[in-house]
Amino acid sequence: MIGKRLLAYSGRMADVFRALDDETRRLVLDQLATRDGQTLFEICSILAARYDVSLTRQAVSQHLGVLEEAGLIRTERRGRSKYHYFTPEPLAEIARRWPIGQRTEP
Amino acid sequence: MRIELTGIFVDDQRAALDFYTDVLGFTKRHDIPLGDNFWLTVASPEVPDGPELLLEPSDHPAARTYRAALVEDGIPLVQFAVDDVEAEHTRLTERGVVFTQPPTDIGTAVVAVFDDTCGNLVQIIAMKPEPVAAG
Repeated sequence: MIGKRLLAYSGRMADVFRALDDETRRLVLDQLATRDGQTLFEICSILAARYDVSLTRQAVSQHLGVLEEAGLIRTERRGRSKYHYFTPEPLAEIARRWPIGQRTEP
Repeated sequence: MRIELTGIFVDDQRAALDFYTDVLGFTKRHDIPLGDNFWLTVASPEVPDGPELLLEPSDHPAARTYRAALVEDGIPLVQFAVDDVEAEHTRLTERGVVFTQPPTDIGTAVVAVFDDTCGNLVQIIAMKPEPVAAG
């Protein structure tokens, strides 16, 4: 039981690290951390305008899919449009596993 | 060759006429009955001889699917130039218009995107003045 849970947990954590192992995806998180709740169109236009990243919408959409799989973003429909939100909880798991500033002196 | 007319599909032509004239401030140019629908165009009062925008009925089944997919991803179908995006954002928000993207500085311009209540997203843009060369 515990083994299975641990396996699921490490699988999820592997997804998080894989999702973060890409500059475009990190820039998307930067953007959403600055202003949360953006459409695909807004994410694409800001990537192009501010970061000089000119990818097709399909490519950006795939990056968003990877981030969503890893639990780093979630999407929400408001009206007829779909918005993307940053969900940093998986990053807190990293800090819980390797706490910062709590090391005992040798 | 000149662009004198371009069109967008709208859910309801009468509601679209209200929105594009009363809320956005365009002027009605043509409103001619055509079967169950109308040949309905608007234009900007700021450009007397400027292009007309056709508000076309969206009864073709493909139009519905196409527009729904674009709106879902936040993609505008048409772009209008304004002097001040922030001022328009304030004015239109007070009129109940919903923005899917607030005024955003994209370097060479400021843009924003709103829902036209007729099934489309509209981008407004104000280009920044060209930087004056130093010296």
